[in-house]
Amino acid sequence: MSDVPKTDNRSHRQGIGEATQVVASLWFSVGKETLSVISLQAAKSHRNERIAVNVLRGAAVFVIFAIAVLIVYLAFEGTKTFSVDKFPVWKFLFSSDYDPGNNLGGSAVFITGTLLVTGFAIVVGGPFGIAVGVFLSEVAPARMAQILKPAIELLVGIPSVVYGWLGLTLLVPFLRTHTSSPSGFGLAAAGIVLSIMILPTVISLSEDAFRSLPVSLREGSMALGSTRWQMITGVLLPSASSGLTVALILGIARAIGEALAVQMVIGNSSQFPRGIFAPTASLTTEIVIDMGGAPQGSFQEHVLFSMALLLLLIAMALILLVRFALRGRG
Amino acid sequence: MIDVSPGSVDIREKLNAIHLNVFYGSFQAIKDASLKMAAKTVTALIGPSGCGKSTFLRALNRMHDLTPGARVEGEVTLDGQDIYAPDADPVVIRHRIGMVFQRPNPFPKTIYENVAYGPKIHGERDKATLDATVERSLRQAALWDEVKDRLNRSALDLSGGQQQRMCIARVLAVEPEVILMDEPASALDPIATSKIEDLIGELKKEFSVVIVTHSMQQAARISEYTAFFHLGEIIEFGTTTNIFTRPREKKTEDYITGRFG
Ligand SMILES: Nc1ncnc2c1ncn2[C@@H]1O[C@H](COP(=O)(O)OP(=O)(O)OP(=O)(O)O)[C@@H](O)[C@H]1O
Ligand SMILES: [Mg+2]
Repeated sequence: MSDVPKTDNRSHRQGIGEATQVVASLWFSVGKETLSVISLQAAKSHRNERIAVNVLRGAAVFVIFAIAVLIVYLAFEGTKTFSVDKFPVWKFLFSSDYDPGNNLGGSAVFITGTLLVTGFAIVVGGPFGIAVGVFLSEVAPARMAQILKPAIELLVGIPSVVYGWLGLTLLVPFLRTHTSSPSGFGLAAAGIVLSIMILPTVISLSEDAFRSLPVSLREGSMALGSTRWQMITGVLLPSASSGLTVALILGIARAIGEALAVQMVIGNSSQFPRGIFAPTASLTTEIVIDMGGAPQGSFQEHVLFSMALLLLLIAMALILLVRFALRGRG
Repeated sequence: MIDVSPGSVDIREKLNAIHLNVFYGSFQAIKDASLKMAAKTVTALIGPSGCGKSTFLRALNRMHDLTPGARVEGEVTLDGQDIYAPDADPVVIRHRIGMVFQRPNPFPKTIYENVAYGPKIHGERDKATLDATVERSLRQAALWDEVKDRLNRSALDLSGGQQQRMCIARVLAVEPEVILMDEPASALDPIATSKIEDLIGELKKEFSVVIVTHSMQQAARISEYTAFFHLGEIIEFGTTTNIFTRPREKKTEDYITGRFG
């Protein structure tokens, strides 16, 4: 709260030009505290402040309302499979009989597909991303890190269709010629594309996790005669564990929600994969492919909603995990 | 008359700084400092804040290697060998010359893991030996009785004074020949401070100790030799008794009598 009033004063004197600053300072202080501070100032700014606060309150309320509507709608539609169509939840989760035309909504194949491609991505991309994060923070010369870090962060912004397209034109043909996979499409292709997609997230967050460790830890280790490698594995990695957990969870979150790039290379076959190179499907890919053709109010549409709801629940669980992991750190 | 000008005191030296210059970028923090530090004795570094005591100390075990922009010129010899020689390995040097920092810096691990960390990285795998080393080091650091029942608790739960003694134990566990201490008691209460002073008295039977301190009384209590730093230069060096009773330099006298400024 300490520097908010200062910012406010300045903004008022300089007028609308500094409006962004007002917004920024208010953003962190919407509520009574701001009002009580402002009430000591001139009446005009008091009034402006009130308006600004109310505009921002309105925006916040609107966003919260929109999100709430979205969740309620999804929860409502997503449970119709079970409430209206009386399809058992356990079958939705654990049966692989998927034929919505005949009221069969077993989604185990897609759930498994989602878990497998995400698992693949995090098992391959996670350690690799953390390794690059360690490299940037601990090994690379400062100049190199200064150039590489923003470059890697830019990669987050590459649209997923580009990743999918590269997967389609480079990876799938490669897998077709160099592996047992007849088509090249499948679990491995999707897993590799996702591994690459999550790399920028994991690298950037794990680098941050390492950089935020105090110099005193490094010095403490080096002063005992450790090598840099011993310092990294023996002190820094365990010390950064909560930050690294967050990096991995957000990597998982990115992988689990990705639809387009995965759909382009996974092969989209509604069966359990018979091996790492075999085609399969995931929750997101199935939704993308079927949603256009599902008649409104049909069982098929309900099942797709249930899948979307499941994805939402997983995403929420991951966010909670992040909060939990972050709470551990001081 | 004994000659007590810097570098000319007749001592059997363990560490020897010869014409040492330390730069942070273009700023020279240590100017042509020469100092002999005797084996199995305590050498105190005193001087006003910002005069370069920590900078000098960190040059003695190549800690400046880790600071971007820091540069060291000159020589520091350990038993006659230059630690800045091109073929000298800083890892080996820091194993032989340990350091305790001004602020305790426990690793976020258990007390046991903190103390066992040094021996482990130097190849000790045997559990019984590690246990013994941990106990011996904690006893030496006067901490054993306070923590023996909670060795597997996080070191971060210890009090500041306990953490500092644990950090000392952590250094003792790797059995260095020289221990550098940068104001190890600055954040401690009088009881913890006197424990650490007692400990230093014990340590000098086996180790050579170089200690930075802001407390004249502490320097007088624990050290055999004292060097007075001012603006990056060693103004005066001699036996602690001489420095405190018969300083040769006006600046030294002003400083130890508290009339500095
Ligand atoms: N990393 C650094 N980069 C640049 N300048 C530094 C750095 N560390 C220290 N200095 C400067 O070098 C000079 C000596 O600092 P040093 O920390 O060695 O002093 P000190 O005698 O230990 O002081 P104190 O008693 O306050 O700890 C100071 O002027 C300080 O500002
Ligand atoms: Mg200092």
